[in-house]
Amino acid sequence: MTGFIVRRLLSSVLVVILTSMFVFTLFFKGLGDSPAVNACAKLHNGHCNPEALKSIKHQMGFDKSLVSNYGTWAKGIFAGRNNVYVDGKEYNCPAPCMGISIMSGNTVFHDLKQKYPATVTLAVGGASMYLVLGVILGSLAARWRGTSADRLLVGSSLIVSSIPFYLVALLSWIYLSLQLKLFPTTGYYPITQNPAKTVAWMMLPWLVIGLTNCTSYARFTRGQMVETLNEDYIRTANAKGVKTNRVLFKHALRAAIVPVITIFGLDFATLLAGTIFTERIFSIDGIGNWGLTALSTPIDINVVSATVLVSSILVVVANLLVDILYSFLDPRVSIA
Amino acid sequence: MSTDISERPDGMAAPANPDEPFLVVENLTVKFPTHDGLVQAVTDLSYTVERGKTLGIVGESGSGKSVSSMAVLGLHDPKHTRLSGSIRVDGTEVIGAPEDRMRKIRGNSIAMIFQDALTALHPFYTIGDQISEGYRIHHRVSKGEAKKRAIEMLDRVGIPQPNRRVDDYPHQFSGGMRQRAMIAMALVNDPQLLIADEPTTALDVTVQAQILDLLQDLQREFNSAVIIITHDLGVVAELADTTMVMYAGRAVEYGATREILTHPEMPYTWGLLGSIPEVAGDADVRLIPIPGNPPSLLNPPTGCSFHPRCPHVDKVPGDLCRTTLPDLLPGDRGENHVKRCHLANPGEIYTEEVLPEIAPDLIDPETGEMIAELAAVDPDEI
Repeated sequence: MTGFIVRRLLSSVLVVILTSMFVFTLFFKGLGDSPAVNACAKLHNGHCNPEALKSIKHQMGFDKSLVSNYGTWAKGIFAGRNNVYVDGKEYNCPAPCMGISIMSGNTVFHDLKQKYPATVTLAVGGASMYLVLGVILGSLAARWRGTSADRLLVGSSLIVSSIPFYLVALLSWIYLSLQLKLFPTTGYYPITQNPAKTVAWMMLPWLVIGLTNCTSYARFTRGQMVETLNEDYIRTANAKGVKTNRVLFKHALRAAIVPVITIFGLDFATLLAGTIFTERIFSIDGIGNWGLTALSTPIDINVVSATVLVSSILVVVANLLVDILYSFLDPRVSIA
Repeated sequence: MSTDISERPDGMAAPANPDEPFLVVENLTVKFPTHDGLVQAVTDLSYTVERGKTLGIVGESGSGKSVSSMAVLGLHDPKHTRLSGSIRVDGTEVIGAPEDRMRKIRGNSIAMIFQDALTALHPFYTIGDQISEGYRIHHRVSKGEAKKRAIEMLDRVGIPQPNRRVDDYPHQFSGGMRQRAMIAMALVNDPQLLIADEPTTALDVTVQAQILDLLQDLQREFNSAVIIITHDLGVVAELADTTMVMYAGRAVEYGATREILTHPEMPYTWGLLGSIPEVAGDADVRLIPIPGNPPSLLNPPTGCSFHPRCPHVDKVPGDLCRTTLPDLLPGDRGENHVKRCHLANPGEIYTEEVLPEIAPDLIDPETGEMIAELAAVDPDEI
């Protein structure tokens, strides 16, 4: 077990490093020296002379190679950096330094810490909603498979999954929040200050994420349950005189839930990495919205790199956790 | 004779009759409506089992063996099954009984052992949990007591170190041990009727013998009625007091096991006997397979359902085999041995034509006649 975790952690670290290199290279090459040109134009009111540009390029490191720039960036994460120049101003960036955000002028890590609670709150609430709803609906549909209720569920999940998510989010915001005022304010209210207010503000985004995703979970769970209900051990349970509900929710669900949890682990990691539409439409100040804003001109390359790095770490960690969880869920799987 | 195959008037079905055998199945018909049509899984089946006795049900896959015994436990989904006839367990009618009442019977007075214990046991729960669950459903006891009972049962079926093994998962058991655990699970509530559905099919031969011995011991100990479903006539010879041969959802031969094995009167039973390899026998003796495939139950053959595969059709005058379903009637061997066949002289055909081919050992090489002492071999020694 420990050996497995150590090996998986090492390969996970490798994946994260490669991702960061890839993203850094893409943006460094893609943007060229445009950040320096932008900074120069800003500092000299549009009258940037070659002398000034050269000195700004030197300050920002554009006169050095890609590898050296990546080295500086990567070293900063562990050791911190001094003398980081953004728009001609000098900043001090303690470890873990992911650079300075052009938008806010703060260190990226400082902003990241500020944005994360909103995204985590959104993801945890939305994901638990669709997991619980989906599994319960799916189990019941499997219980009454072939009935009109079952067909309604399968049909509605097709309809829901064929509507683009942003449309559902936008329409529910327009109707439920703006017009009917059922959920007058949406957004993130710090959960440590007033949890009730957090729940009230988050309810609509949670519902939107929960309801749009629960249908696919319900269908997946239903499929797994129908398969499990045909297993011999379900017949054994019935032959023992076990009550129908106990057969369904103890014997069948226990086996059917394993693949559902696997998918859920990966979906949840994606949610944690930021839900751009939900955060944008419901004005939640989270990672997704932050990353999207960073992509407007001028591109806030440090913010973009940071969001990509964090989401790659999340996905990799989620994969690892799912694998470890598997060995607890299924006694036949032993990881060594 | 432990079984009674005579028809009972319906009036006797309702009150519990102390003289009635523990299990009485009368005119049981099971049909499954499917998209392709109505599947006639079991047709007009009647049999009885008394306490302390064993009935063997023999037949090919799809002959209705398992379907009929699942009906005894009411395990068919009522929405997708049409049941008719009567099944009385200790005088109580099972067909049409409400789920609540069936649940009290299942696993309690009737228990079932399934074929492949690896798939029949839940992979995610420990052996102990699964055994004690069965106990706690029918007894108001604490988890600790139920676990103690599970350990006791594992010990009884011969699992070494039951204290430790009780917390193992099914995949940590060997095939034979899993089947033992399955038996322990079935016996945890001291059932009066045990239905064993091919209990040894998935096991090694040596383990098979152990499991059969165990079943026999337990039956003697608990005096329960046992139905053993198998396609192996050896198992039947070993365990069963009476034997019913099924083909295409119907009983085709029914009587005392010794009778059926030594004086079979139905060509299908001859075919089954001819398909058994004999360990001590001559290596040159050919196995004689039954030609063809089991019939479709969607579209059963007209007349006798065995006629398309029967090598003796031309011995029956006219088109009788193809047009008329033979009744289950006594043959030459008396009231207690019934068969479903038009052949007028099955005993003669068996000794003169079938036996020399399937068991040449039993024919005297000099006179060319059957050695009567050998042919009437004791079923315990087969």
